[in-house]
Amino acid sequence: MTDIIIHCLVALLIPPLLLGVIAKTKAAFAGRVGAPYLQPYYDLYKLLRKGSVFSETTTWVFRAGPIVTLAATLIAALLVPLGRHASPISFSGDMILFAYLFGLSRFFTTIAALDTGSSFEGMGAAREVTFSCLTEPTLFFALITLARMSKSLNLSTILTHPSPTAWLADGASMLLLAAALFITLLAENSRIPFDDPNTHLELTMIHEVMVLDHSGPAFGIILYGAALKLFVLGAVFINVALPIATGNALADWGIFIVAMLGLAMTIGVVESVMARLRLVRIPQLLVGATILSAFAMLLVLR
Amino acid sequence: MTVFADQLLVLVMLINLVMLGSSRLIFSIRAVAVQGVILGILPGLIHPFSYHLAGITIGIILAKGVIIPYLISNAVRKAHIRREVEPFLGYVPTLLLGAVFTALAFVFAEKLPLAPEHRDLLFVPASIATLLIGFLLLTTRRKAISQVIGYLVMENGIFVFGLLLTEAMPVMVEAGALLDLLVGIFVMGIVINHISQEFSSIDTSRLRTLKEE
Amino acid sequence: MTISHDPTLYLLTAATMLALSGLPGLFFRSPASGQRAAAFTAVIASLLGVFAIITLLEGTPGADWQIDWPLPFGPAIFSVDQLSTIFLLPLFLVTGCVSVYSLAYWPAREQPGARKLTLFLGLFAAAMVVVVLARSSVLFLMAWEVMALAAYFLLTTDMQSSEIQRASTVYLITTHTGTMALLVMFSLLRGATGTFAFPPAHTLSQAVPFATIIIVAALLGFGSKAGLMPLHFWLPGAHANAPSHVSAMMSGLMLKMGVYGILRTLSFFEALPVWLGWLLLLLGVWSAVNGIALATGQRDLKRLLAYSSIENIGIVFIGIGLALIGIQTRSPYLVVCGFSGAFIHIINHALFKSLLFMGSGVLIHGTGSREIDRMGGLARRMPLTSTLFLIGALAICGLPPLNGFVGELFLYIGAIMDGINSPLPLAALVAPILALVGGLAVITFVKLYGIIFLGSPRSDSASLCHEAPALMTGPMVVLAGSCLIAGMAPSLLVRLVTPVVESYGNVAKSVMQQVTSQVPVLPLTIANCMLIILGLGIGALYLWRLRKLPLAFGSTWVCGYPAPTPRMQYTGTSFSESMVNLLGSLVAPYRRKPAMDGVILPQKARFIYEVSETVLDQVLTPIFLWIGSAFSYIRRLQHGQLHIYMLYIFITLFVLMLWSH
Repeated sequence: MTDIIIHCLVALLIPPLLLGVIAKTKAAFAGRVGAPYLQPYYDLYKLLRKGSVFSETTTWVFRAGPIVTLAATLIAALLVPLGRHASPISFSGDMILFAYLFGLSRFFTTIAALDTGSSFEGMGAAREVTFSCLTEPTLFFALITLARMSKSLNLSTILTHPSPTAWLADGASMLLLAAALFITLLAENSRIPFDDPNTHLELTMIHEVMVLDHSGPAFGIILYGAALKLFVLGAVFINVALPIATGNALADWGIFIVAMLGLAMTIGVVESVMARLRLVRIPQLLVGATILSAFAMLLVLR
Repeated sequence: MTVFADQLLVLVMLINLVMLGSSRLIFSIRAVAVQGVILGILPGLIHPFSYHLAGITIGIILAKGVIIPYLISNAVRKAHIRREVEPFLGYVPTLLLGAVFTALAFVFAEKLPLAPEHRDLLFVPASIATLLIGFLLLTTRRKAISQVIGYLVMENGIFVFGLLLTEAMPVMVEAGALLDLLVGIFVMGIVINHISQEFSSIDTSRLRTLKEE
Repeated sequence: MTISHDPTLYLLTAATMLALSGLPGLFFRSPASGQRAAAFTAVIASLLGVFAIITLLEGTPGADWQIDWPLPFGPAIFSVDQLSTIFLLPLFLVTGCVSVYSLAYWPAREQPGARKLTLFLGLFAAAMVVVVLARSSVLFLMAWEVMALAAYFLLTTDMQSSEIQRASTVYLITTHTGTMALLVMFSLLRGATGTFAFPPAHTLSQAVPFATIIIVAALLGFGSKAGLMPLHFWLPGAHANAPSHVSAMMSGLMLKMGVYGILRTLSFFEALPVWLGWLLLLLGVWSAVNGIALATGQRDLKRLLAYSSIENIGIVFIGIGLALIGIQTRSPYLVVCGFSGAFIHIINHALFKSLLFMGSGVLIHGTGSREIDRMGGLARRMPLTSTLFLIGALAICGLPPLNGFVGELFLYIGAIMDGINSPLPLAALVAPILALVGGLAVITFVKLYGIIFLGSPRSDSASLCHEAPALMTGPMVVLAGSCLIAGMAPSLLVRLVTPVVESYGNVAKSVMQQVTSQVPVLPLTIANCMLIILGLGIGALYLWRLRKLPLAFGSTWVCGYPAPTPRMQYTGTSFSESMVNLLGSLVAPYRRKPAMDGVILPQKARFIYEVSETVLDQVLTPIFLWIGSAFSYIRRLQHGQLHIYMLYIFITLFVLMLWSH
């Protein structure tokens, strides 16, 4: 029971902090002081108290988009195990629901973008669906590989199964899996090298351009939803990449939170040292990630 | 130690895929260099130490990791070759083909009648995969220089297979193989230089115009 | 068994009512009252049919009916079993909805040909019921032909445009080529069993003469009806050009008859060849990937839906293929998950595809066009239709909490369990492929929904659109409601298919239970409920914040440009273009750019970009043209000179005489 409460608290409270850590890391690389770590929380608070501007072309779809997206991501956050503990909702076959919840949220984000009738948002929506279509096979190859290692269909089991011994035994495929999942994490969350979350230039982006027209509380919901998605996919990655379990529940939670913050720093470093890829090169990298995870599966079969 | 050998072999196979996906010539050359260095380390991991082994290791790292890449990048610089690879086939299809070839290499390796102590290692599939991908690079790339890279990758594939036999392989044979390659690269370099001087392009597909009608 | 409570009898009555439903209209003076009478009869027949199926599911078996007729092919045998229920349930549901819908979609008062349409609509539905009930080859083939021809006449209701003429001719040729294969198959079957009655399930040994040819002929004949690649080429044209409610029935129901035929034929054999499962799986994967890839690039609303039907048939065949592989490799999880997934998807697809085709009828009714890129902004003008269409679109993408997810869930679980258990899990590769197909489906249907209903209208006809009458939206509400209910409570679907999988797949009850316990049926309901509660909760909070805070309205932000016009919106073609380019040779879009270089003041130029039907346009049409020109030489023999004709006869006789000696 305590674990469930901690799970919910961590999943609800930590996500914006990740954005803060990424921003701080990038600031450090650029030689700036940067905004405080808690800036995303201030932003959310501010947005929730702001008025909204709606385009006259929009319908209820535009208002429902952020809401459905956040609801689906929240369910996904309840399905993924955090800190080596089973998740609050866990059942056989939940990994497929997990993957499809992101599909649902993507569907609503993109139709909300199309609802404005702006060609920029249409462009962003087209890119979003195209690129995430290419990340889905990667995720499923990874899930099959992990399922085969742990002989389970349960997300909690297959993600808590990796351990230092698994890394020693199947090091190569674990490494490939971690790499593929990291690329998926960056692509799904529209991070550099796929998309630049900081530019507010309409022409160059995927996620930011889709939400140009949202304002006020709706934009707050989107911001929080994006942070939560980063958190959830980050937790999947951490479960595979840093499978350290001490046996002590609280220590595990501590390790997990530190690891997530470390991941945020890593993303910050990646964003600082890399440039955004040319748009035509993105599918290549995504197909490359699919091959990595397929390769991981091939190695596990031997 | 063989666990690490397997990890390194996976890295070798990944470098193959990286080469298929990369669009920059210099990047491919560096990738080949890294592959060469990894191949140099490998014998030390699977065989007990001997002076012969140390010699081979140093020789390979020097030849594959330093000298040959240096020569090729020199040629690139001298012939003023543009930095793009210019494949016949798109990057994504070649990547997918490379993945299929790698998978086929695993299937093929299962069928080979191998000694039981070699069965569980990745050496054989890795060597076949590298060979096939070298072949793929050779056939899908337009520029003569990237074809040289294809040759190198193929040679690396053969080398991985030979690693299993390092103990039995006399130094002379290996040196001969390396020398062969070196000469091949020199010849290629000279040829490329001449082609680029004569035709102001080293696009091999244009050589077709030389044929008799 | 008392005759008063016999599902077969109910079903036969329903079929008769459907077949005769259009008949009174031929004699009424006003066609409108005939149409109303037909719709009423059809609804009653549908209710009766659904009642019969519920009776069956509750455990009352249907009796076998043998009717001796004065034909030399043995008696006509009607029977109903578990497998039939899967096909009959959506059949009755959709037929009832369609006949109500047709009252407003094709009102007899305004549209010509309503009498013909009503007559053949009833016949079409009745023929499909008989196809599913028939247990002797001749009866089956007769019903099959009535179905195929009724569909042809429905398709040609409006014979004005050359596009319809071409599509219907292609359809007619294809369906008859298919029937030819079926004739071969049934003759060989007669040779093997010695009777025209269908052999009982799992009795035919694989050693009977021509077993392989029987199976291949069934695949050709039924596969072309089902729209399996590469025999799908008739489908997009026919589905796009038929009246929308007919497309709904063709796509939702008639394609399934092809699937039924294959399943029925396979059930005769006690063992199937090893390659068959893999072949069906490969054909399924091909149809699914290539079908949705082609759908992504379409600009024509109904062609897009037609290609997506090919994709869904592909998914059904992936399930069947998995199950057959499971039978070969003795993996019960593949058998159970494959068959369950395929059966559930058959029901689901009938529901949401009919819904979407009916929705497209509303749109065509309103805007007079099938071109996606000419629509836009319709959600404000037809709020109910747009919501129903959204439900259909979400369901067809297989997204929770709708029914499309349930079928795919079974297939995923089968594939991943194969990935866990099998030494060489090739079947597990289905999971990433399905994921790719799902991703492409999201692109396709976001494009479809977004470009049609959202943004602002791209043409005058779109801006003058209005909500459809209740007679059209009502049936759509029924179908959308069933999608939602089946999605929220997947246990309903599972209960429906469990007896079918047990009997058809020869699976023991305990095995069935053990495998389905791995599939999250109940947890899915809980998760779906949580999703909806969370959504409503966040929505309520959001509305509360909106109420408290200042609101402003303005035009869409287009990066500072002051006068955006609707034509500047992203079009459907541009939306899918990057993916279509990535898919490359799978889709092979046709591009013709005007030559512009060297011209200082360019002339008016035309740019063409379209995704064409590869198999028909690039393979079959050239072949037939070539054959046609080859035969034109033979035409020289026909010149009208009678005495030379006599010479032909004489020569023929002479040759025959020589040959016989």
